[in-house]
Amino acid sequence: MSFLDPVILFFLFGLVAGLLRSELKLPGALYDSLTVFLLLAIGLKGGQGLATQPLAPLIPQIAAVILLGVAQTLIAFGLLRGPGRFGRADAAATAAHYGSVSVATFAVATAWLAARNIEFEPQMAILLAIMEVPAILVGIALARGVSKDTDWGALGHEAFLGKGVTLLLGGMAIGWAAGPEGLVSVKGLFFDLFKGVLALFLLEMGLIVSRQVGALRRCGLFLIAFGLGMPLLSALLGLGTGLLLGFSVGGLTLLATLAASASYIAVPAAMRIAVPEANPAISLAGSLGVTFPFNILAGIPLYHWLATQLAGASS
Amino acid sequence: MNLTTVKRTLLTIVTEAVVEPSLLRDLERWGVRGYTVADARGKGSRGARDAAWDETANIRIETICSRERAEQVLGQLQEHYYANYAMVAFLTEIEVLRPEKF
Repeated sequence: MSFLDPVILFFLFGLVAGLLRSELKLPGALYDSLTVFLLLAIGLKGGQGLATQPLAPLIPQIAAVILLGVAQTLIAFGLLRGPGRFGRADAAATAAHYGSVSVATFAVATAWLAARNIEFEPQMAILLAIMEVPAILVGIALARGVSKDTDWGALGHEAFLGKGVTLLLGGMAIGWAAGPEGLVSVKGLFFDLFKGVLALFLLEMGLIVSRQVGALRRCGLFLIAFGLGMPLLSALLGLGTGLLLGFSVGGLTLLATLAASASYIAVPAAMRIAVPEANPAISLAGSLGVTFPFNILAGIPLYHWLATQLAGASS
Repeated sequence: MNLTTVKRTLLTIVTEAVVEPSLLRDLERWGVRGYTVADARGKGSRGARDAAWDETANIRIETICSRERAEQVLGQLQEHYYANYAMVAFLTEIEVLRPEKF
């Protein structure tokens, strides 16, 4: 299996084209459509897997990943406030990005595993949806303090019923209700075309990441170091959690990837509204400019290698 | 043709697309009864807003009302939004038919 997976090459193509200031630009509506497709496809795939197994064991797993998301946000906040000397609002907003997850990174990791015929637990999609949320609430609490002025009802509504969580859970419900046989009729679109759509999506991601370079240059070395170090630390926490939950090598790799990934869709939008004084350029430069490329280029193979070592050591 | 027009004020707001839901809620709270929202892109003191994806998308909101109401809303915008969001808002004197609508 060569390293040069076509989806990665599409990302690099977009990145280079963007850095060369090419005229290349995909319509915004296409980016939105591709996001909807990826979220639904991931949900359907997870849902059909869940249809064939009992749901009760999920409860401790969900509790564990909520704690994982909260712990990551608190650790990131401490690092950014202490050694990073970030202001309170910027530290809280950036920490929320790192405590939450990136669907694109998860999609690349599932494609990476699928290309190597490595199985993983179907509930990873539900854990993906769950892990998007706690960091947002913790981030807001860190920035604002827990005061009576905060409209937690509206924030909760936004966090739980944002586009990402809604589509993932909706896709899972459909996949679960229809089951593998029911999904045969839509399999051609959602499963067989998954990698092609992911490639197109990553072309756009490359273009988006290329625009972060300027912001990155202004943010300084600490943010780059944090953007590389935090995912490694989070991945270890994710691997530890996965071991406690008894996941397979594929599941361990995905949970490490989820922990290591940083949000760039749900969290920036929520933070912009809830913590407007935080500078969105800083958190996006970190999560998009450093952590996303690092995870898809180097992180995923590394997390898989670590998962293999740990699974071998514990069995 | 003899048209009887009446003076009203057009309030135009150009800002980040991410604030659209909360801003529209606020506008209605401040007494704005109708508005038009359009996607927009451009460049300003906060860099290029090229609408290539959600985080860099802009919107342009237009609403017609009385001068007094428009100034009140402008004041509220300055108080609640100017400090932390990329926002430009301005007033234009215009003439409309059917003044009871605005």
